[in-house]
Amino acid sequence: MYPAEFKYTREHEWVKVEGDVGVIGITFHAQRALGDIVFVELPKLGTQAVQGKTIGTVESVKAVSDIYSPVSGEVIEINEALNEAPELLNRDPHGAAWLAKIRLSAPEELEKLLDAEQYQALVAEES
Amino acid sequence: MTRKIRSHIVQEEPLLFELSSPGKRGCQLPALDVAAVDPREALGEDNVRVEIEGFPELSEVEVVRHFTRLSTWNYAIDLGMYPLGSCTMKYNPRANEAAARIEGLAWAHPYQPEDQVQGCLEIMARLEQALAEITGMDAVSLQPAAGAHGELTGILLIRALLASRGNPRRKILIPDSAHGTNPATAAIAGYEVENIRSNDRGMIDLEAFPSLVTEDVAALMITNPNTLGVFEVNIARIAEILHSKGALLYMDGANMNALAGVTRPGDAGVDVLHLNLHKTFSTPHGGGGPGSGPVAVKKELEPFLPVPRLKPVDGQWRWDYDRPQSIGRVRAFYGNFGVLVRALAYIMACGAEGLRAATVDAVLNANYVRKALEPYYDLPHKEPSMHECVFSDRRQARHGVRTMDIAKRLIDYGFHPYTVAFPLIVPGAMMIEPTESESLRELDLFIEAMIAIAREAEENPELVRTAPHSTRTSRVDEVTAARKPVLRWRPEG
Repeated sequence: MYPAEFKYTREHEWVKVEGDVGVIGITFHAQRALGDIVFVELPKLGTQAVQGKTIGTVESVKAVSDIYSPVSGEVIEINEALNEAPELLNRDPHGAAWLAKIRLSAPEELEKLLDAEQYQALVAEES
Repeated sequence: MTRKIRSHIVQEEPLLFELSSPGKRGCQLPALDVAAVDPREALGEDNVRVEIEGFPELSEVEVVRHFTRLSTWNYAIDLGMYPLGSCTMKYNPRANEAAARIEGLAWAHPYQPEDQVQGCLEIMARLEQALAEITGMDAVSLQPAAGAHGELTGILLIRALLASRGNPRRKILIPDSAHGTNPATAAIAGYEVENIRSNDRGMIDLEAFPSLVTEDVAALMITNPNTLGVFEVNIARIAEILHSKGALLYMDGANMNALAGVTRPGDAGVDVLHLNLHKTFSTPHGGGGPGSGPVAVKKELEPFLPVPRLKPVDGQWRWDYDRPQSIGRVRAFYGNFGVLVRALAYIMACGAEGLRAATVDAVLNANYVRKALEPYYDLPHKEPSMHECVFSDRRQARHGVRTMDIAKRLIDYGFHPYTVAFPLIVPGAMMIEPTESESLRELDLFIEAMIAIAREAEENPELVRTAPHSTRTSRVDEVTAARKPVLRWRPEG
C-alpha cells in the first residue's frame, strides 16, 4: 500500500526523492479520510517551502485541510492537472496526483520523516 | 415508522424566471404628484438601463405562493429539534421578536441625530454591560457582524496591544479541537498558525504547553468548551503560562451557552473573547439573522476597541470618535442593531437565574442524549460532556454505513441532521447539540430515531445508505456540485 521508497509525515504527506528534488503528495490514508476531493490549492512556482509549514490546501466535501510540506526548498514544478481534475487525488494519490516538486535545500531533514513501515503503524493506530 | 410530522409538500416548483411572462406586474403605482425626473439626466446616461435582460415579471400572488411553497421544503427550529452540534440551534423566543418590532426600534435610522435615538443607544449600552457581566470582562464592542468577524476583531485588538508594547509578535497557537475559523482568523490578521495536538482527554497537554509559548507567540486561541464538548479544566493555568511570557489568551466564546450564568471566562484569565448572539443569546441564524459577534476585552485592550464607543455625556449617550489607539471601524454604523435588541430582550427575560437554568438544561440534555445513545454508537472521548456530545460512526461503518448516511436517514424520521464529520479529530464524527430548548418528549423521539437507525444499519444498511426516502429531493450529488458548481440559472437553449 505505502511505497517503501517514499518518506512520510505524521500529517499524512509523502515525499519521493529523485536526485536533489523531492516529489511530494498526500497519502492514500489522507485522501480516504478526507473523502471526495473537490479542490486543490497548489503552491506558486518559486515558493520557498519550509518543512512542517503549510504549502497549500486540499478541500473535500467534508472539510478544508492544510497540506504541510514534508521538506524545505524551492517549488520548481506543480501538478497543474489537479486544477482541472482534483479527483485524481482520490484515484492515484501516490502516483499521478503528486502535488509539487521541490528542490531540496536541507536533505538532512528527510531523516526526521517516517519510513513506510512506521507510517503504516501510524495509520493503523489512527484508524 | 416515525412519530414525527413530515414537513414536505411534494409539489414541483419552477423558478421565478420560468414562471415569468412579459408585462405582468405585482403593483400599480399612482400617477406622479411631483415633477418627473429624467433618470438619464440625474444619474448620467451610462448608469441607466431601460431593460434588465431576463428580469422575471410576475403578479403578487404568484410571488407569495412561490416563496411560501419553497418554505414548506425547509426544516426549521419552529418545526422540531435541530441537533446541529456547534451551531447551537436554540429556539428563538417570540418575546425577542416583539421587542425588535417596536416601531421606534424597527424604524430607527443610523443617521438620526443622537438625541433622537437615546433609547436605541441605551439598549446598546445595557447590552454591552450585560455581556461584560456575563463573561467577566471589562468592555464590549457590539460592531462585529458574526462570530468569525468577532474573532478577527479580537485578534486585531491583540495585535494592536502588542504592537503598542513594541512587538506584535509572529505566531498564534491553536489547538486541533478549536473551531475551524480560528486558523483563518489568525492568518488574515497576519499571524502564523501553529497547531497544538490535543491529548487523549481531548485537552491541551499542560506538560508540553509551556515549551510552545515562546517569545514569538502573540496568543493562544482556545475554544472552551472545545469542539468535543469538553471543558478545558486547566484554562486558568493556561492563562498564567501565557501571561508569564507576555502572550494573551483569546477564547472563542461560540460555546458560551455551556457556561453562561455558571462560570466566567474573564475570571479564568481570558483577555479577549467573542460571543455569538445568534447562538448563546437565542437570536435567529442564517436566513432569519443576520448574526452578531460582539467582542469582550479586559481593561488593557479597551483603548483599541473599534470606534465609535458609547460615552455618557450630561445624562445622554453620545458616540465618541476620539479614540486615537482604536483599530478603527470594523462594520458600517453600529453593528446589526435588530439582533442586539433581540439578545437584550432574551437576557432580560431570562435574568441571571434563567440564563443559569438554560445553561444547566443544555448540559443536562446533551448528557441525556449521550447516555441513551452510548450503547448504540461509539463514543471516542469519555470526558464529561458539556452542551454537546460527539459520537463516531465506527460501529456502523462495519456495515458500510457512514456518518453522512445516518444524518440523511434522520431526515426521514423528521429531524434535522446533526453536524457531520466535524470535529476533524474524530473520524466519522456525529456531533449532537440538543440545546436547552427541547422537551423530554422531543429528546426521546430523537433518541428513538437514532436507535432505530442503528438497528437499520445492521439489518438493512442499504436503506440507510440511500436515505432520505421521504423528501421531494433524495440524495443529492454533493461531489459534482462542489467540483462543477452551477452558480446561476440560465434560460435553456
